[in-house]
Amino acid sequence: MNHLKTKYYSLIEPVFLPALNLFLALIISSIVIRLIGESPLKALHVIWQGSLGSGEGIGYTLFYTTNYIFTGLAVAIAYHAGLFNIGGEGQAYVGGLGIALAGLFFGALPMWCVVGLGIVLGALFGALWAAVPAWLQAYKGSHIVITTIMFNFIGSSLMTWILVSVLRQAGQQAPESRQFASTAFLPSLKRLFLTCGIDVGQSPVNAALIIAILFAVLVWVLLWRTRFGYALRVVGINPSAARYAGISPASMMFSAMLISGALSGCLGLNELMGSQHRLTLDFPAGAGFIGIAVALMGRNNPVGICIASLLFGILVQGGGELAFEMPHISHALVVVIQGLVILFCGALEQLFKKPLRRLFINEP
Amino acid sequence: MMLTYYTFIILLLAATVRVATPLILASFAGLYSERSGVVALGLEGMMLGAAFGSGCAAALYHSAWIGLMVGILVSVFIAFIFSYVCVFKHGNQVVAAIALNICISGLAPTLALAWFNEGNQTPVLTEPNQRFLDISLPFSYLFKKHPFPGLIYSDVISGHSVILYMAMVLVPVSAFILYKTRFGLRIRAVGENPHAADTAGISVKRIRTQAIMISGVLSGVAGTYLAIAAGSGFIPDMTAGKGYLALAALIFGNWKPYRALSACLLFAFTDSLATRLQGVDLPVVGVIPVQFIMALPYVITVLLLAGFVARPEPPKSIGIPYIKES
Repeated sequence: MNHLKTKYYSLIEPVFLPALNLFLALIISSIVIRLIGESPLKALHVIWQGSLGSGEGIGYTLFYTTNYIFTGLAVAIAYHAGLFNIGGEGQAYVGGLGIALAGLFFGALPMWCVVGLGIVLGALFGALWAAVPAWLQAYKGSHIVITTIMFNFIGSSLMTWILVSVLRQAGQQAPESRQFASTAFLPSLKRLFLTCGIDVGQSPVNAALIIAILFAVLVWVLLWRTRFGYALRVVGINPSAARYAGISPASMMFSAMLISGALSGCLGLNELMGSQHRLTLDFPAGAGFIGIAVALMGRNNPVGICIASLLFGILVQGGGELAFEMPHISHALVVVIQGLVILFCGALEQLFKKPLRRLFINEP
Repeated sequence: MMLTYYTFIILLLAATVRVATPLILASFAGLYSERSGVVALGLEGMMLGAAFGSGCAAALYHSAWIGLMVGILVSVFIAFIFSYVCVFKHGNQVVAAIALNICISGLAPTLALAWFNEGNQTPVLTEPNQRFLDISLPFSYLFKKHPFPGLIYSDVISGHSVILYMAMVLVPVSAFILYKTRFGLRIRAVGENPHAADTAGISVKRIRTQAIMISGVLSGVAGTYLAIAAGSGFIPDMTAGKGYLALAALIFGNWKPYRALSACLLFAFTDSLATRLQGVDLPVVGVIPVQFIMALPYVITVLLLAGFVARPEPPKSIGIPYIKES
């Protein structure tokens, strides 16, 4: 009987706990909306309508979802090795440079080549940007959080310089590159959605969504179906046990961070090859940080991450509509919800775990 | 020619002192927290919260001092939440700090828009009593008559807002508290070895909470400086990573007060130099891209952490929640 209860519980916890945390975050946000003098229920309705109420809304929601799957997976894989990678923003930004190089200088190749090269270069540049903090953490013991924050700032300066002084066209005001070759435009998913009866309109949802889901599957296989993934998780749970079992924690941490950086680096596939078709200033726009919330809420599991990404896609797209419909509410409100989700799912996860366990399986 | 170089240097130093002020305040805020074993990544959020609070209060009550008070209150409130999560609920300090930083960076502009309806910022402060204006120290006009070396007194030492002088007092006071008082000893003991401190009858929770609260007060002053002394009202993201930079200065200063002060001054100097060298054609190297100089403090910090500059000696129990055995 008790065994059965435990088995049930292992299914209940991953669903119930994030839902409870999200609910709490929404309650606090509702209080904020109330303070502002608007109706929280009406706001929720606008968010719902704006994100899932129309075909175009769904398209935008899925477009944002794609971004967060990339960065969420990146945070998760580092987390499984016991590392907190908050450099996703910088890694995505620098990875964008690799993708832009593919789009700008290899446009003469056929499309599948350019896109493939984009994935490789984006991943490579992202991994490169994670490599120094990773190496310092693994072999020098300096704290990954501090170094990745520093690398976010360094990356931002570097990319501004490249955009302003190197890639900007003569006589052009905006610091952005010229347009990619048309072979580097990822195809829109408009047709695919039309066959399902959804007209996504002008929204930029594109093939990167499929790539992202593919990556989620690959990450799942890597973590739970390979020797490497097993070693990686052992290092995350107990580095000394790993060492005893003949696994080098340092090299596993280093590899995990490289993969993490590579996944972040692919963000540009969606934003640049899929939508903007040029390298623009500060294109990750906080997606690296939303990745943290997504990974924590999805409990670092690829399926959970896809669901959490969809949720944040809804929040970001709906939040934009909310700012438009209710001029007193800033689009920054979504950032508040994001922070609260990180707080409840990440820092305060024990707060509800114990009472929940007591409630369901009478665990002391 | 000589005099133009001289005035250039005077202006540069004056700018350095100005830029350094919030860094020093935040860095020392971090000093208390980190030496007690609590990661100070929350500086950024506390500063931003204080900047918002002081901007609001100064606009509403027409007083810079009320602004400062509210700024400190907001920052201490954030510190309170942080200590609840990390000290009492043993939450992950890094995650909690990042979460709070993200929360504040969203909440401040949201409330600013709702309350003042002037974009995502607080109203621009125009009245003189709403801001901490520059004050002249006594006799600075006398020194000004003899620019060489009088300007060093009249323009570098004198002529700043009162908060800057608070920061200057803070440095020796903090060094004294940390190294010469019982409280300072306890902070350091709790940061190095909480188990031993606990055995000696020191409450780890209490000392850490006190350290975080002091951190909140000082970050509050730092944020207030940004909003109503250096700036004239709150604007979104006005801290722009200064909290992290202050933490970098603290690490670069190897968690020691006077070295942290030097690091803050060095970072402020590179920053002021960067703004003045923008587009200037220098001999030998040519025009240095301003972004490179901006990134310099972060690069230096990474080099330090890599062990290339000096051996970093962080507090031993930094970031580890202390769970008392029962």
